[in-house]
Amino acid sequence: MLVFFLAAVAASQQKPVASKNNSNGNYDYTELSKAPNKFLGKPNPLANDPQAAAAGKVLFEEHCGECHGDDALGTKRAPSLRAPEVQNAPAGAIYWILSNGIVRKRMPVWSKLPEPQRWQLVSFIKSLGTDASGVPAPAHENN
Amino acid sequence: MLTPHSSLLTSRSFAFSSTWFCVLFAAVLLGSGAPARAQENPYLVAYDHNLEEPGSLEVEYFSTFGTERGAPNFHAFWGEFEYGATAWWTTEVYLDGQTTYGDSTLFTGYRWENRIRPLKNEHFINPVLYVEYENINGADKILKEVEGHDVESDYAQPNSVLRKETVRELELKLILSSNYKGWNFTENTVATKNLSNQPWEFGYAMGASRPLALKGATHKCTVCAQRFVAGVEMYGGLGDRYSFGLHNTSQYLAPEVAWNLPSGWTLRLAPSFGLNGNSHQLLLRWGLSYEISGFGRMVASLFQGHP
Repeated sequence: MLVFFLAAVAASQQKPVASKNNSNGNYDYTELSKAPNKFLGKPNPLANDPQAAAAGKVLFEEHCGECHGDDALGTKRAPSLRAPEVQNAPAGAIYWILSNGIVRKRMPVWSKLPEPQRWQLVSFIKSLGTDASGVPAPAHENN
Repeated sequence: MLTPHSSLLTSRSFAFSSTWFCVLFAAVLLGSGAPARAQENPYLVAYDHNLEEPGSLEVEYFSTFGTERGAPNFHAFWGEFEYGATAWWTTEVYLDGQTTYGDSTLFTGYRWENRIRPLKNEHFINPVLYVEYENINGADKILKEVEGHDVESDYAQPNSVLRKETVRELELKLILSSNYKGWNFTENTVATKNLSNQPWEFGYAMGASRPLALKGATHKCTVCAQRFVAGVEMYGGLGDRYSFGLHNTSQYLAPEVAWNLPSGWTLRLAPSFGLNGNSHQLLLRWGLSYEISGFGRMVASLFQGHP
């Protein structure tokens, strides 16, 4: 039983959510481009809700900050969400990633959050903008 | 690991369960990982397709008070350690026990369960494959799964008699679950094979649940509608290979509620009501769980020397 448990722990420690594509610690964001067309064209139904980003921030801190960092600049486990690839992506593509996860690369599926909460998260992520340098931050440990 | 027959205690009602609880609670307190704030469904028997987040450990204590006609009532309890090995594989260990009033308290065995999500993306119906190995004795009364021709009278004998039966089973489930407009709908088909020469037994569980509010609040809150998930589940046996169907099976209906606290704790309450004369009239279930995020990283750092 202990062997299986340690095997499970070892399995959980492999492969970050997005693979690094160069030695500078930048991430490959191609998963975003895999979103189906019907999601790419999907507008955020809460785009005009002034409270959506604030609620999304609370949800982000609860569910996402552990891996992406509370500042969303990324950690060793998950990429920055302030990268241009994310900030310039259609809202529907981010929603699709949230709903489907990237299960082979440890990004959990967040479909258990009701749809409005996922859109609130999208509103918050899109409100972040890129970081000061305008380029994705190198992966760093946020703890 | 204790053998199922090694820990019969004389009638000290709740003494053993209290010890269990303390052990689990201590494990939680010792865990230095950050709490994860999961959105858990209220099901206590049915499973949905939402797996544990990778690297997170959920420590859970569940309790079932059951009525028994013609024999003493009982309190069955189990501890559960649920670990997200990957985003598509969750593994769990259960440790079971029970107290029968006026009789005794005993450890009744362990279970090891695995849930695997075979499909990469979310679909309208999402399958999850479930495989569990059980090594328990006949006195196990947690009634986590009801299958075959399990009926109330099976549990009426004294613990000293029931514990003599060793049960080694392989349990398979096909979990089909959907999230739609805030609702979760799930259906589990159960097939169990006793590894001694017994026929396949079948059962089912199905459930529906929904948070009381779909939108998140703009501030951190503990008692707000989005934190409560209400639902209902129905479960029961479907006979065995030779006599498939509802004849001589037990069936239950359970309204239920879960309260997901922002601190990482989840409280569940689910009274199950027997729907026919073969069922226990009442199984009052409740559970408390705590999710530790980054547990895998903590364990890995013990071996690697750095987090």
